[in-house]
Amino acid sequence: MQNINVALIGNPNVGKTSVFNELTGLNQQVGNYPGITVDKKIGFCKLPNNAKANVIDLPGTYSLNASSVDENVVIELLLNKNDKLYPDVAVVVTDVENLKRNLLLFTQIKDLEIPTILVINMIDRMSRKGISLDITFLEEKLKTKIVLVSTRKKIGIENLKKAIVEYKSIPTEPCLNASSIDVEYFEKLKKTFPNQLLYKLWLVITQDVNFSNIERNEVRNSFTKSNNELKRLQQKETIKRYQFINETLKKGLTIDHSKATDLHSKLDKILTHKIFGYLIFFGVLFLIFQSIFDWSSVPMDFIDSTFADLSLYAKANLPKGVFTDLITEGIIPGIGGIVIFIPQIAVLFLFISVLEESGYMSRVVFLMDKIMRRFGLSGKSVVPLISGTACSIPAIMGTRNIENWKERLITILVTPFITCSARLPVYAILIALIIPEKRILGLFSLQGLSLMTLYLLGFFMAIFSASILNKVLKFKSKSYFVVEMPHYKIPLPKNIGITVLEKTKSFVFGAGKIILALSIILWFLGSHGPGKDFKNAQQIIEKEVYSSDIPINPSVIPDRVSEYKLEHSYIGTLGKFVEPVIKPLGYDWKIGVAVISSFAAREVFVGTLATIYSVGSHSDEETTIKHQMKAEIREDGTPTFSFATGASLLIFYAFAMQCISTLAIVRKETSSWKWPLIQLVFMSGLAYISALLTYQFLK
Amino acid sequence: MKTTADLLKIGDVALVTNFDVDKIPFKLLEMGCLPGNEIKVLQIAPFGDPIYFDVNNGSHLAIRKETARDIEVEILTTKVD
Repeated sequence: MQNINVALIGNPNVGKTSVFNELTGLNQQVGNYPGITVDKKIGFCKLPNNAKANVIDLPGTYSLNASSVDENVVIELLLNKNDKLYPDVAVVVTDVENLKRNLLLFTQIKDLEIPTILVINMIDRMSRKGISLDITFLEEKLKTKIVLVSTRKKIGIENLKKAIVEYKSIPTEPCLNASSIDVEYFEKLKKTFPNQLLYKLWLVITQDVNFSNIERNEVRNSFTKSNNELKRLQQKETIKRYQFINETLKKGLTIDHSKATDLHSKLDKILTHKIFGYLIFFGVLFLIFQSIFDWSSVPMDFIDSTFADLSLYAKANLPKGVFTDLITEGIIPGIGGIVIFIPQIAVLFLFISVLEESGYMSRVVFLMDKIMRRFGLSGKSVVPLISGTACSIPAIMGTRNIENWKERLITILVTPFITCSARLPVYAILIALIIPEKRILGLFSLQGLSLMTLYLLGFFMAIFSASILNKVLKFKSKSYFVVEMPHYKIPLPKNIGITVLEKTKSFVFGAGKIILALSIILWFLGSHGPGKDFKNAQQIIEKEVYSSDIPINPSVIPDRVSEYKLEHSYIGTLGKFVEPVIKPLGYDWKIGVAVISSFAAREVFVGTLATIYSVGSHSDEETTIKHQMKAEIREDGTPTFSFATGASLLIFYAFAMQCISTLAIVRKETSSWKWPLIQLVFMSGLAYISALLTYQFLK
Repeated sequence: MKTTADLLKIGDVALVTNFDVDKIPFKLLEMGCLPGNEIKVLQIAPFGDPIYFDVNNGSHLAIRKETARDIEVEILTTKVD
């Protein structure tokens, strides 16, 4: 028997993903729709009678009138019968407390004449809210099968599975007769395309999405109407649907308000209060940052030392040779550089998903909108700016719900200033090198304060650039802003767990591939070189040592040879080439190489230095990166990482645009190379000048 | 009393009478903000903007003042302190 294709559809905040998680457990695959960065989640589920189902979790949408790429995905799948995933049955998930609004989408899906099951979720809240439903009446009126579900209390999932197996018995009659929107227009449409579904044709005419198998031009050419007229008809359609829904629910749903408890509005009053609201918000932010640095440090230290041990163990036990060198000097430090991020990423995503699932994030948006607008941003920019502390990429994708293009563009352009987790290891190691381990007033650690200063610096630069962009960019766009204020919910641990797992995994594998590849390339470039100097390093150094006028202890030869080789390797040649440009910033050629290689991804900086220094030393003792950096000296004998150089590097990393993946995502989201290029030039220019000033002042 | 939605106070309940489809985001219509439906002001953010409404008995959403200005309403009940 073939697997049944099930499409899960629903408004945002109705618990659609919880239903998906209950149906499929960890049998999930996350991919991408071709050409766009929308998550495509497909799961697998066993059903009664040995049947099986492929469940696809479609992006949340309020209706089939798409206004974003995420929503386009839903329409494109539902209209394309040839798609491999075209659903045999649609499951529309609704929230019992928002049934009225949720049913709008249901009636639209129904009109596509796909067998449709209506899931009413969160029924555990019915008694608390005094809600009762007349299921028989509703099933008859909506011409569907209704399944009552509570993912929190694990009720109804088995019934849903049973309903899916029996999908063929579900009626496919539409809820609304499309012709009633405009009789004359639709009759004509029907005559021209007698074999097509009227509502489907209507979507082809009104929606701006890709259709594969309908001759959209043909339909459009003969049935053009002005945009205004179309809009009016769409409004009429929406009014008609709501009339039908209001009428149906008048009999099918009763609310006894005397039984309803109103925790919701009490919480709203506190969380959006003009003083407490902000205090709570800043408290939450403080808690997040505290835990990222505090809770993550123990597992991070553990990972760091484990990888150092592993490298040492491999060096001792593998036969000597090029391959072993590659493993111990290239691959192991490379993987270590990825794995070390996991604790921080996980903690951050944990907080972000709790804030979103609980409904609190919308209150922050509401609270901050007026303030953010002064800088050309939207209240909705707060979410990307917070999640930008993990990574700019999901943050920039998260700007899609900002309706106003100018506000969205500014958010996209300034988000990379926010200190992302990739900068953290760079900051951490440089701070440890140049800031003494002291406490101020015996309470605040000086190093911790320095780190916080860098975060604030990034944040203020983001806000400052936003207000400049706000003045410079001349767009006329209406300030649309509609934000749903969902009910407060205690987040389900299972949902949070799966989200954290998924995001961390995609970070590790996405960023990990780049880091690993780069560290292997770097290792190669560092251990091979052009010309005779590299090849004959041993003889050159030996000659130098033995022919020197001052007697030199021959035991320094191996170290000198390694140094000399590195200097004349491919990477050394490259570093020497850029040295004149970076010297005024206080960097030597080795730091230069690290800065260049981190243009692909910042986190490569530490790994590059580690690789360079470990290729550069012949010693078998594995020391930590910090030790190696501290031991580095300039030609005049002063330490390479002086206060001025360290500070200049910190400033450089705070502002520079060094992340190819971010530039790629900005290109995708703005559909032009113009914006990522402006970003690259502006941010890197700013970084160079600020680092130059920092070094010259502190020198 | 006829007015526009941005002038309502917390606790006011009003009936949507009319608005210009071209000025109002379509999403708002889909959330149930349609002529003939009720809206109620639940909260107003600090500094007076945005406004948080209950639309059509159950849709909770916030919109900016300038959008609310384009929604014509008729006040049904107003909260007396």
